[in-house]
Amino acid sequence: MNDNDVVRDLTLDGNAVAGLLEEVFGADMTTADGECAHCGSANAVGALRAYTRAPGVVLRCPACGGVIARIVQTPRGTLVDLRGAAHLAVRR
Amino acid sequence: MRRPLEWQIATVKAIAQETAQVKTITLALPGWTAHRAGQHYDVRLTAADGYQAQRSYSIASPPERPGEVDLTVERIPDGEVSPYLHDVLVVGDAVEVRGPVGGYFVWEASSGGPLLLVAGGSGVVPLMAMLRHRAAAGAKVPARLLYSSRTLEDVIYRQELEALASRDGLEVFHTLTRGQPKGWTGYARRIDQPMLAEVSGPLGTAALAFICGPTALVETTASALVQLGLPQERVRTERFGPTGT
Repeated sequence: MNDNDVVRDLTLDGNAVAGLLEEVFGADMTTADGECAHCGSANAVGALRAYTRAPGVVLRCPACGGVIARIVQTPRGTLVDLRGAAHLAVRR
Repeated sequence: MRRPLEWQIATVKAIAQETAQVKTITLALPGWTAHRAGQHYDVRLTAADGYQAQRSYSIASPPERPGEVDLTVERIPDGEVSPYLHDVLVVGDAVEVRGPVGGYFVWEASSGGPLLLVAGGSGVVPLMAMLRHRAAAGAKVPARLLYSSRTLEDVIYRQELEALASRDGLEVFHTLTRGQPKGWTGYARRIDQPMLAEVSGPLGTAALAFICGPTALVETTASALVQLGLPQERVRTERFGPTGT
């Protein structure tokens, strides 16, 4: 197993952080459609790659690998960086 | 309006050993709400010093069992949560959980089919919830499960899958990648495009596919199915890697 395999095996997807996303956004976000601000690909948040073995959660575009969202929880609150998302369409 | 997502204290009602590394934990929930097959519960452990560790586990049971859920958990040796759930937790213990969560990787009887399920290892768990729901709801949609395990002893839910497959409309195909018992007639290699073509062929390209397993299996399978003609939007994936511990 080389380093790339290790990283690949540590990759989850948006489904694994459904609870955190619902806590932050107040709705199920895994079915929300998002547009990547880097490459323009459209993907459901559940299909984004999720990296969870860090102090925060990073969601990346499955097409280009660009960072779409970063979410960090601290004792004082939750920081959400969404500059990699051109938009998110949340279903009713 | 959906209820807000809140943590609740569940009680361990039963623990069953599925394979050497896999247990099913039945939780009784005071705030149970019907889930959709494929959804998760988050489990949170708090140490005496306040340190918290949280993981998301797929629900294995169908929504037709009010008041409780089964979580099937693989023991990951260097994990923070699964060794506790395996080695310390006993019946009667309290566990902090919230859910059900997630709506992307779900199948309901009303979603229709035909249903193509592809699992690697403990990735079979959410797919089992779908098959149990299919049986409990009396759904007749044709369904096929292709399930990759290391050895026969690593196959989770083996007997129940055999029983379910003897009913109308479900066929189960196993592939054993590390070792096969004498006289094994199933597949004996990693999932590849020819295998997927054989298994998915009779369902046609209108199949609804759910793939759950390690990233490599998920990506290989998803791209092969799209090449075989399934529309991308009918191929749903969930990466169920060793970090889901």
